[in-house]
Amino acid sequence: MLDFGPFILSLKLSLITTVLLFIIGVPVAYWLAYSRSRAKVLIEALVALPIVLPPSVLGFYLLLAFSPQNAFGSWLDKYMDIRLVFTFPGLVVASLLYSLPFMVQPIQSGFQQLPRSLMEAAYTLGKGKMTTLLRVLLPNVRMAVITGCILSFAHTIGEFGVVLMVGGNIPGETRVVSIAIYDEVEAMNYGTAGVYSAILLAFSFLVLATVYLINFNQRSKTEAR
Amino acid sequence: MIEMQVRRRLQGADGELNLNVNATIQTGDLVALYGPTGSGKSSILRMVAGLMRPDQGTIRVGDELWFDHEKNVNVPPQDREIGMVFQEYSLFPNMTVRGNLEFALGKNGDSDMVEELLDVVELRGLQDRRPALLSGGQKQRVALARALVRRPRLLLLDEPLSALDFEMRTRLQEYIITCHRRMNLTTILVTHDYPEVLKLSKRILVLTNGSLAYDGPPEAFLDRMASKE
Repeated sequence: MLDFGPFILSLKLSLITTVLLFIIGVPVAYWLAYSRSRAKVLIEALVALPIVLPPSVLGFYLLLAFSPQNAFGSWLDKYMDIRLVFTFPGLVVASLLYSLPFMVQPIQSGFQQLPRSLMEAAYTLGKGKMTTLLRVLLPNVRMAVITGCILSFAHTIGEFGVVLMVGGNIPGETRVVSIAIYDEVEAMNYGTAGVYSAILLAFSFLVLATVYLINFNQRSKTEAR
Repeated sequence: MIEMQVRRRLQGADGELNLNVNATIQTGDLVALYGPTGSGKSSILRMVAGLMRPDQGTIRVGDELWFDHEKNVNVPPQDREIGMVFQEYSLFPNMTVRGNLEFALGKNGDSDMVEELLDVVELRGLQDRRPALLSGGQKQRVALARALVRRPRLLLLDEPLSALDFEMRTRLQEYIITCHRRMNLTTILVTHDYPEVLKLSKRILVLTNGSLAYDGPPEAFLDRMASKE
């Protein structure tokens, strides 16, 4: 009988990561889209880093940071009673960093493509920044938000290197599906690895096809106007 | 009464422009701000609206100080009680015609105003449509109604009719006159269309290269231009 534990763990991790990333990503994207500060360039580069960095590098630094032997890790351990190495919460924190650009970049470019006068019109009508964001800006970058959520979700499902470094391979805790595949191959269980892989392949393809379908529909709708 | 003395350095398509304008506008007047593209008209309007910060100077409306560089006063656009119509309409695409007006009105506003304005600009039949399905003239009427729904003290119109054909333009000019008279609104109209100035306003401020070249009745400005040629 196939063990679906790794799938459930992956889905749980991705879902939690996506929800948290939405909450973190919208303010970051808003700031990056509208700030005129020079520091923005640095933050932009920092947010994009996980795209170019090998996951093992990110994982390595997180492992160092989370480790109870080091300042941050021992502070978490001692005062907050939180252990992030080889635990599920640690995976969530790592995934947040790892998938951050996939949430921030689509929403940021969505904001940047909106005419600035929409925001200005809301301001002249007495609306504050928060109301303008929630009632005018976000609803009009709906598609970008959906794209960001889907991509973050899928990217988190697919992560391997970071998980291996930070989480290890603990069944029910950190043994997500990508790790399980690796593990099955190591143990020469090619059959199980094959089934896991096929499911993941089909899932990833469906996710991307959905994103492109949404974009296609949206574009043909705008062209029809 | 609006008194403004503003200066600002602007980066335009033709290089740098030093905007330097001193003007006074009486309550209830409709004043046209006229000049070629790139002369700084829209920037003046944006400064009055609080969407652009002058480098120097003051803007005073009645007994309220909206901007003072020295005293570091800059009232945000939200608190200026203005209505602004943007050149590109800027209706909220995610809301219907009625939705745009109701959003502008806010929770504590006078909802009779929405009904009244829907009738004034003759949009009751289209109230449930989204802006994407409206013509240019219809969008502009929504934008005008939306700017008026909060009963602003000051109406700012940034080339509101430039994208419309002659017939629509004429009709909208009537709407503007109607609204202006009905609410006794102080109005600043930015335009580069001279017949529009003649039709709508009794006073014209002509802006060339960032400073006021003429201030007075529009007919006299035409005479002056004719005598120069």
